Amino acid sequence: MTHDPADTFRQEARDLLESLEQALLDLEQTPSDRELVDSAFRSLHTLKGSGAMFGFDEVADFVHEFETAFDRVRKGESAVTPALIAVALAAGDHVGRLIEEPGRYAAQGEPILAALQDIVGDQGSVKSTSVPAPSDDTRRARSWRIRFRLPDDALALGTNPLLLLDELRELGECDIEALTDDVPPLEEIDPRVCYLAWKVSLTTEAPREAIEDVFLFLSDGMTLEIEALEPGTSETVTADQASRVLPQDLDTDRDKSQAAGESPGKSAQPPQHREAKERQGSSSLRVPAERLDELMDRVGELVIAQARLSQMTGASDDLELKTVAEEIERLSSGLRDITMGIRMVPIGTLFGRFRRLVHDLSHELGKEVEFVASGEETELDKTVVEQLADPLVHLIRNAVDHGLEDPERRELAGKPRRGKVRLAAVHAGAEVAISIRDDGAGLDAERIRAKAESAGLISPEATLSDNELYQYIFHPGFSTASEVTSVSGRGVGMDAVKRTIEALRGSIELTSEPGSGTTVTLHLPLTLAIIDGMLVRVGEGRYSLPLLAVEECVELPESEVAEAQGRNFLNIRGSLVPFLRLRELFGASGEPDPHQKVIIVSSGEFRVGLVVDQIIGNNQTVIKPLSKLHANLGTFSGATILGDGSVALILDVAHLVNFGRGFEERLRDERMRREA
Amino acid sequence: MSKTILTIDDSASIRQMVSLTLSAAGYQVLQASDGEEGLEKATTHRIDAVLTDLNMPKMNGIEFIRQYRAHPSSAGVPIVFLTTESDDEMKQQAKQAGATGWIVKPFEQQKLLAVVKKVAGS
Repeated sequence: MTHDPADTFRQEARDLLESLEQALLDLEQTPSDRELVDSAFRSLHTLKGSGAMFGFDEVADFVHEFETAFDRVRKGESAVTPALIAVALAAGDHVGRLIEEPGRYAAQGEPILAALQDIVGDQGSVKSTSVPAPSDDTRRARSWRIRFRLPDDALALGTNPLLLLDELRELGECDIEALTDDVPPLEEIDPRVCYLAWKVSLTTEAPREAIEDVFLFLSDGMTLEIEALEPGTSETVTADQASRVLPQDLDTDRDKSQAAGESPGKSAQPPQHREAKERQGSSSLRVPAERLDELMDRVGELVIAQARLSQMTGASDDLELKTVAEEIERLSSGLRDITMGIRMVPIGTLFGRFRRLVHDLSHELGKEVEFVASGEETELDKTVVEQLADPLVHLIRNAVDHGLEDPERRELAGKPRRGKVRLAAVHAGAEVAISIRDDGAGLDAERIRAKAESAGLISPEATLSDNELYQYIFHPGFSTASEVTSVSGRGVGMDAVKRTIEALRGSIELTSEPGSGTTVTLHLPLTLAIIDGMLVRVGEGRYSLPLLAVEECVELPESEVAEAQGRNFLNIRGSLVPFLRLRELFGASGEPDPHQKVIIVSSGEFRVGLVVDQIIGNNQTVIKPLSKLHANLGTFSGATILGDGSVALILDVAHLVNFGRGFEERLRDERMRREA
Repeated sequence: MSKTILTIDDSASIRQMVSLTLSAAGYQVLQASDGEEGLEKATTHRIDAVLTDLNMPKMNGIEFIRQYRAHPSSAGVPIVFLTTESDDEMKQQAKQAGATGWIVKPFEQQKLLAVVKKVAGS
């Protein structure tokens, strides 16, 4: 298992940029928060340091300038203004590009930096390129006399004089003498104090800097004399002077380590072989997402194999075998739950980017928007979270662009100038509801109606409630925005959003109140990988449907059986529910079961009955995607493998419910025609 | 017995790099992601040297050095800090707090090894 630290850096950089962005956005709200300034600065600082170490020089250079400019903010020399935030956000984005595609965007950084420096009133920093003092020592052996004495607290602070002597010895031929003059009588000795001084005669090819570097960390309070045993080069470096050689660059140190005979082979050893030594890690670890997918896949296979085992042992009389099979069943269901738990990620990871979106949109559209997100900690399967990004972007754009009015119009309507967009996620049973609510003007039912009529979607005579009219905005190509803006109103969107959500086995719900705003709520299942399913038989085929969608099961009344081409409506406690005969839908052969069952399933607020031959029971449905060829089949959302190895298709409830509603609408149209 | 080095850095990539480099050279490596965790590990494990970043959340490196030095178990344990600060101010603060040495970022693996060897031996 090899990890490229550069990959770790990339991941980490993304996180850092994210927290930088959050800090900047928060700063815009509370410009005086020092914590936030520090947090932004820290992100930059770490980015710079790590970037340079892992060969992302463009990143390091750019962030260096960025950091220098931002440092003026940190030191209070420049104020936090919206302009600064905007440029800083752009700079953050630029860093992101530099990391993802090195070499392509470097040139685009200049104007950003210029703007940034302009705002903080900085003339830019001259990059300190400390050049190590050229050494006039040539590579011939020279003799040196070195005398040194450590500061009193050196031992306590971790300096080991023996290591210093070792280092000197590595430089060349050494003659070392300890000077014991200052050692007090035994009873006065403080074991933490170093009383010794040393005198060393060294013959080495290494330059003076190499010797000074041995004492690099020991400038304060120590005495160090380095004396060349040749005329004219004698020099005494006292503590004060020693500190002057400190800012020497690492090059000197590198010289030293090479001069010190550091065998290059030693550190060039592939680090992976020693990874096992890394026994101590932090308490959480990063795992590539593909591995989780792989794990889920294997657990899925295990669940299938276990189902098969259970089926086989069910027929067996072997008690011991049964015990083991039950044990395995328990273990595998535990493993399944844990694995699914691992895949859950807080949806807050998504919410962060929306704040940026709203910020940018409000500037672009000249609207004042307050964005409030709640329920960031709500967890969803990572696949769901990933696929939610685009739909949510769409919905939030719509809310800001179409939903909220201009500040002036809001004032006229007696509302605060600042509009509010609220994004909330909550757990509700086995699903998560995510709602996007704006406090804008609400949908215009009349305009939707006019549009739907002109598109031929409804007849002018049809009586539809406002709520029914609103649903038309989910129709492909339907847009009521009178002009297309760059932000939204292109009529592609709501239908795409709906499709994405339904592909995630979710549903979408829209309510609107004229004058007070629109709410779009997405209902999403917690997971996509394994669901509890209800297994049914239709003709020879077996099908699974998500148990969560099942409301109830009833017998198909005799009257309905006889009337096979009838109205296809069932009276369920006073309300009419359309039903679909799956036998007809799937063209099943053979005789229908004499006691057919109706499974009432729901999606959103609509219900439909599905007529099946037999209800087999609950099963763990490990969802396998259909082949590309079949991926767009509306009726089926996937397939699963049963305990006996055969395949069952998974019914797409949302699709079937829509199908049923189609029935309902056709029927209503017919009735209206007849009445007319 | 191999020496144990504690590396404290909020950057996972730096920790990983330090850890790989040092363990390849035969050191045992302990990791901590901020000063608090570092202090906890430094005072509960037998360690031979500490490598710490200065700029960290929760407890920064300077505060870590101060608190660790106030703890008896730090006697004789060298503390090396990683710094990108080109100005001397941070360095002086860290030294006054009781640091033994420092490494200027960016650094190469060889340089890291050389410094660790310098303060902790091999």
